[in-house]
Amino acid sequence: MSDVPAPRHIPDRLDKPLSSAIFSWEALLVVVAIAIFAVNSFASPYFLDAYSLSDLTFNFTEKGLIAFAMALLIISGEIDLSVAAIIALASTMMGMAVQAGAGTPVLVAIGIVVGLGCGAFNGLLVTRLGLPSIVVTIGTMSLFRGIAFIILGDQAYKGYPESFAFFGQGYVWWVVSFELVLFLIAAMIYWFLLHRTSFGRRVIAIGNNPIAAQFSGVRVGRIKFILFCLTGLMAGIASVLITSRLGSTRPSIAQGYELEVITMVVLGGVSILGGSGSILGVVLAAFIMGLVTFGLGLLNVPGIVMSIFIGLLLIVVIALPIVWRRLRGVS
Amino acid sequence: MKALLKYREIWLAAAIIGLIGLISTRFPAFAYPGNLGQVFNDTSILMILALGQVVVILTRSIDLSMASNLCFTGMVVAMLNAAHPAIPIPLLIAIALAVGLVLGAINGLLVWRLNIPSIVVTLGTLTIYRGATFVLSGGAWVNADKMSPDFIGFQRAAFLGIPVLSWIAILVIALFFVVMTRTALGRSIYAIGVNPTASVYAGIDVGRTKFIVFCISGMIAGLSGYLWISRYVIASVEVANGYELNIIAACVIGGISIAGGIGSVGGAVLGALFLGIISNALPVINISPFWQMAISGSAIILAVVLNARGERQQGRIILRKAEAA
Repeated sequence: MSDVPAPRHIPDRLDKPLSSAIFSWEALLVVVAIAIFAVNSFASPYFLDAYSLSDLTFNFTEKGLIAFAMALLIISGEIDLSVAAIIALASTMMGMAVQAGAGTPVLVAIGIVVGLGCGAFNGLLVTRLGLPSIVVTIGTMSLFRGIAFIILGDQAYKGYPESFAFFGQGYVWWVVSFELVLFLIAAMIYWFLLHRTSFGRRVIAIGNNPIAAQFSGVRVGRIKFILFCLTGLMAGIASVLITSRLGSTRPSIAQGYELEVITMVVLGGVSILGGSGSILGVVLAAFIMGLVTFGLGLLNVPGIVMSIFIGLLLIVVIALPIVWRRLRGVS
Repeated sequence: MKALLKYREIWLAAAIIGLIGLISTRFPAFAYPGNLGQVFNDTSILMILALGQVVVILTRSIDLSMASNLCFTGMVVAMLNAAHPAIPIPLLIAIALAVGLVLGAINGLLVWRLNIPSIVVTLGTLTIYRGATFVLSGGAWVNADKMSPDFIGFQRAAFLGIPVLSWIAILVIALFFVVMTRTALGRSIYAIGVNPTASVYAGIDVGRTKFIVFCISGMIAGLSGYLWISRYVIASVEVANGYELNIIAACVIGGISIAGGIGSVGGAVLGALFLGIISNALPVINISPFWQMAISGSAIILAVVLNARGERQQGRIILRKAEAA
């Protein structure tokens, strides 16, 4: 032992025992996913097939893309209920551009820019005027979809160019769709952003204590604004994919998606109160929701009944750890 | 007079009168008492639902499952009526209240006993209750010709020249007003919204009170289920799809703070009326009904901007008073 104290080593993260990994939220989700996968394989002979499994991915890729940005937003303590309405507005704008004779690159640009613009509008209202995001985005949800209804009424836009169909219907290699590749790339980007950058640390800090974060030199307003822009951007990208997949635009497109996206995020272990969550959890939740809807679809269960399973899954998965802890007597 | 102007409800009432005035410049018959009564009657269900939501929002919670609860309960009473037309209407209403209460109690128990945030619980039950409606009905509709004349006619019958539906709304408004301003329960609900921690020290059982407000919003949704089905004479899985957000919109326009603790029965009623007037006025002044969504969206944003202003100023005034003292 020397007299000079060794420089204190402050670890970036605490060493976790293996048991914490085994009992983590993600592990629970993996178990649930494997269970559903196994049940599906037994229940339907058509399930274990490369083409079936490829079709399965279309159930969650579009919503999953938005869920990544939404996860960051919810971790920061805000929420965006207007994402489905942004899809509708961006899709309507793309439809108008088609009528004016726009080509595929212009359409994609319009979808993304409209999404980004709507997100920035939400962000400005929340950060500049200091309004609660849940109310602001209920308002903009009506406003954005309302504009789509004013423009389209009971009509629909069709006649998207053939090259535009690639984004929602195209395959990159064998059964791997363009949407799935985009989903995986986005997952990696958002994983890096949240878990490996100072930006991600700041997002989590804001969610845990916005005032303390502000005093620690985190630009709370600016980061929240960026998160709203990102969510809008992802909704714009999703709009391009959905419009391309369906090949037409109605003002009621993607109705109710916002709640499914939020369900995905919460199921993925992101705290709805902000401050914690992981991208891996959201990816797993997306797979689980896709597995449930597709597996039940193969068994000819109608969509509305599937939603019961999704709702139950959401409540049970969140209630389970609480009940488990209570049963073991840990407060 | 100055004290009166501080109330948000006065401003909202003025805005509504201004709106009616504006509409009557285009279509004078809109402002006739008979027509305004009709608008009130049309808005009754939204007003009742908004009141159920207000008590939940005041405790810093939210009930997203009200529209699905309404849909399920409506289907239950419609199928009961179709199968046993002899069941008297008051008993059917009691059944609707009971079914709604059970669904609300499920939400309340999950929030109270398991401490799951209400937005997560009701997001789940929103899909579950609507899915359950499908399972119950097998996807079939209950049409007007399967409903008994009493079932359809009850709310349309006039009592003292006013339809029963409007009377029910007036009754519910009066009941909520008394509970929120004259009872310990009403005070506890406000207290929890303003400061949950202080409420615990004041001897309020926060969890149990939250359970009670979810029971209230459930019963209200159940009642509205019967009223909705007998008004639009069709029961299907699609009934009131997405309506949960209209209910919240009425509350927000009525000045109820989503952060809890701020808001009043009168505000919620006026907020619902504001939306009701817009939806009734658009067709008569020749604006496509497709404009309604964008207009109510703008109204929500405007209302929340104005409310935030009001709240901020109030804070400053309190500080100034304290400094002066």
